[in-house]
Amino acid sequence: MVRSKKDVIIGIAIVVPSFILVLIFVYGFIAWTFRVACSAWDGQLPNFTWVGFKHFASLFSSTRFQIDLWNTLYFTILFLAVCICGGLVFAMLLDNIVRGENIFRNIFLFPMAISFVVTGVAWRWIFNPTVGVNVLLERIGLSFAAWNWYIDPSQIFTFHVALIPVVIAASWQYIGYIMAMFLAGLRGIPDEIIEAARMDGAGGFRIFMKIIIPSLKPIILSAMIVLGHVSLKIFDLVYTMTGKGPAFATDMPGIYMFETTFQGNHYAEGAAISIIMLLMVALVICPYLYYVLRKKEG
Amino acid sequence: MTIASGVKKNIAGSGIYLFLILSALFFLVPIYVFLVTGLKSFREVNIQNMWDLPRALTFDGFTAAFGRLTPNLLNSFLLTIPATIVSSLLGSLNGYVISKWRFRGANVIFIVMLFGMFIPYQSILIPLVQFLSGIRLYGHLPGLILTHIVYGIPITTLVFRNYYLEIPDSLIEAAQLDGFGIVNIYLRIIFPISAPAFVVVIIWQFTNIWNEFLFAVVLVQNPVDQPITVALRNLAGSQIVEWNVQMAGALIAAIPTLIIYILLGKYFIRGLLAGSVKG
Amino acid sequence: MKKIIVFFLAALLVLSFAACEGKKAEPKLEIFSWWTAGGEADGLEEMFKIYRSKYPTVEIINATVAGGAGSNAKAVLATRMQGGNPPDSFQVHAGHELIDSWVVAGKMEPITFIFEDNGWMDDYPPGVIDIISYKGDIYSVPVNIHRSNVLWYNKKIFSDNNLSAPVTFEDFGMVAQKLAAKGIIPLALGDNGIWASVHLLESILLGSLGPEKYNGLWDGSTAWDGDDVKAALGNFVTVLSVVNTDHAALSWDAAAQYVIDGKCAMTIMGDWAEGYFKSKGLTPDVEFGYVPSPGTSGSFIMLSDSFGLPKGAPHRDNAVKWLAVCASKEGQDAFNPKKGSIPSRTDGDPALYDAYLNSAMEDFASNIIVPSVAHGAAAAEGWVTKINDIMSLFVTDKDVEKAASEFAKVAKDFI
Repeated sequence: MVRSKKDVIIGIAIVVPSFILVLIFVYGFIAWTFRVACSAWDGQLPNFTWVGFKHFASLFSSTRFQIDLWNTLYFTILFLAVCICGGLVFAMLLDNIVRGENIFRNIFLFPMAISFVVTGVAWRWIFNPTVGVNVLLERIGLSFAAWNWYIDPSQIFTFHVALIPVVIAASWQYIGYIMAMFLAGLRGIPDEIIEAARMDGAGGFRIFMKIIIPSLKPIILSAMIVLGHVSLKIFDLVYTMTGKGPAFATDMPGIYMFETTFQGNHYAEGAAISIIMLLMVALVICPYLYYVLRKKEG
Repeated sequence: MTIASGVKKNIAGSGIYLFLILSALFFLVPIYVFLVTGLKSFREVNIQNMWDLPRALTFDGFTAAFGRLTPNLLNSFLLTIPATIVSSLLGSLNGYVISKWRFRGANVIFIVMLFGMFIPYQSILIPLVQFLSGIRLYGHLPGLILTHIVYGIPITTLVFRNYYLEIPDSLIEAAQLDGFGIVNIYLRIIFPISAPAFVVVIIWQFTNIWNEFLFAVVLVQNPVDQPITVALRNLAGSQIVEWNVQMAGALIAAIPTLIIYILLGKYFIRGLLAGSVKG
Repeated sequence: MKKIIVFFLAALLVLSFAACEGKKAEPKLEIFSWWTAGGEADGLEEMFKIYRSKYPTVEIINATVAGGAGSNAKAVLATRMQGGNPPDSFQVHAGHELIDSWVVAGKMEPITFIFEDNGWMDDYPPGVIDIISYKGDIYSVPVNIHRSNVLWYNKKIFSDNNLSAPVTFEDFGMVAQKLAAKGIIPLALGDNGIWASVHLLESILLGSLGPEKYNGLWDGSTAWDGDDVKAALGNFVTVLSVVNTDHAALSWDAAAQYVIDGKCAMTIMGDWAEGYFKSKGLTPDVEFGYVPSPGTSGSFIMLSDSFGLPKGAPHRDNAVKWLAVCASKEGQDAFNPKKGSIPSRTDGDPALYDAYLNSAMEDFASNIIVPSVAHGAAAAEGWVTKINDIMSLFVTDKDVEKAASEFAKVAKDFI
């Protein structure tokens, strides 16, 4: 493809405004946050005295922050696993039925339309151990499945079981979107390939592993990115549903950051939490960027 | 097909439907809670009877929520529509230039932009307010619109870039032979075939901007200018929350997004199908 | 077709920009609060009415941000103040939440002159003036007084079981035992979001330590890891053993509902609970009763919503007039009956208030007044968030020794 000088200049002119806006709104603000994180700003009066990485160090020795990091890790793994597996299952089933696809698809997508702030409250009620879903379970004879849900402070190693209902609520909200992505991906696999494999005597499972999964790989990756950035930043839903939970069982860095900064007025400490959250995000996105770039080279 | 395999297929088919119906029921549980609570009177609202149908059907919750939310409905449209359209257009242009006119540094620009998707919004509130007051856009809808446009650029650019990567370069080369430049190729060739990607982006942006709360509450001062999410929160008192009004309000506030889903739902899958979700 | 769409979009953009232009020259007054709904919003509107009748040309902007006792509002306010965009006047809990957050930082103007010019200095109890003052100057106008240490109980349960409302911890223990034997949960608690357990703790600290030592907690004269406090924390653990097991899943109003439904017999909550009971159709002294929480007779844990004057308020003169309305008898007697609280002035008209509020007014005039920690009067916000964090663990592990030493450690940073 020929690129004339004029075209390149126009092209750059098209991209530059967006680029500058992002530079200011993202990198400028991150730089500011980083500066605050290394300052002595505690209280409403800004204080930019440089104190180095003191706040980062004290964070890592705080019990609450350690719990938060584990919670984020477990929450992210479970949330991604449930949404991706669940989304894939729903997509494959919807792809195989003749009637009702529209209805089911809209039901599964519907949760995305409701403001997270209020769904959190509905889920708090639903998983209330005395009046919530346990009552339903007992009515249908599944009382053995009843437990204390998000107010159960017990943990297995560093995993708080109270996170399970939070994962359910978050997955409920996002699974439909992931399902739609997979549905599109499945439609993109030519029927002939599957037919050909079937002619060669491949069973359902083999077809799934050898054809479907590989061709959905890019979608799985996109889904992981979309879900990953939701889960690392998650705030509204957890804040209204469980708050911090008993003994921080459902606490997240986003909640800790919000409370530290805007309720405790510890601005420098709050900024330090934000920077660590950003670093965690970078940890997730860098492999993805590497993949995107490498793919382009190839 | 033998009779036996036909029977097997039928059983499998009913199994699928049974599973889907059960899952759909599970998905509707919170909606049920919203509905029955919204239809109760405040006196009857009580989490101990959260599963029960209202003793007497009252629409007080819905009428109260509707009355208090409608003034802010227009603001939400004034916010969401321009922000969605402008950020989609910018994303489309950026994606086009980055994927089809790969000048030196284009990939760096792309990656630099993409990272913006991942910023935790709570952490940049204070510099955001300071910056917007600096450029005299703080306190009113335009500042909020600008903010949503900027934070929308990364994801819209990503989607369009991936979409345009699937379009063969030969199409553009042919247009170049006809003497078209970068702008005309976009207007005459690329834009007209971008509809599927636009649908995906519009759905994502519309949903997110419509439901966004934090920026809206911080950046817009006057309650008469604030979008519906803020009004929805404001249905609650500081101590006593009328849950029937709150839940009815949540359902009312979800209607526009829902309409978008139903209208664009088919195209949504088609748009995703057209390659825009691939990494 | 295309042209129509383009025109439509352009029109929308122009409209959205135009929506906020134009009205700038007019005199305005922006009042920032977290009173968005119910009686508190009605009360605020009553004060606006008074203001409008006095200054009809001023346009009032009622900037409200909802959310659990102001937590969202505080975040929005902090961002606006940091960004150099203060409202003309804003709601803040009187006491350390105001002083330590805003006054010490030099963000507020002293407003003693409003009280002096109107001759109101003697209309406020000295205890209240102390709480709103810093280095001899007054910094906010308290529009109302709430009481934190109230035990609410279901009268039917108590009369059915021949019980009388507990006055001391011993009474409470006996009552709880009898109720538990009947299968009734003695005390309802809803501490989803933890502040309600801090609220319960302050009542128990006061009941165990007495007002003098309770006040000492906030100025360093009472040691947080001393034996008295440990005994108080022990009392807290004892009380916790008779609350509903799902407390972490409930908000305070759901806990109050347990009392209405007779599932629980009592709850310790601020007097906004009365507003909740009444909105559910209950009558004070008939269906529900109230006494000071165990061991706190003669003391009054107060919290107060107040309005202050930020430096650089865009319409300072209008704000000063607003604060005068808030401080006036007329303003307070218009606001408080709707809000369900009592005036911070001593000359409120008792005829406007119901039986409970009248009893609170009497107690407020005669009792020893101490500040609430759960609601920002006793300690800086930074301290309160740390106390919340310690409580989150303490409510779960019930380890008195650990909690006492953590409390002591944190207190050092703030005294």
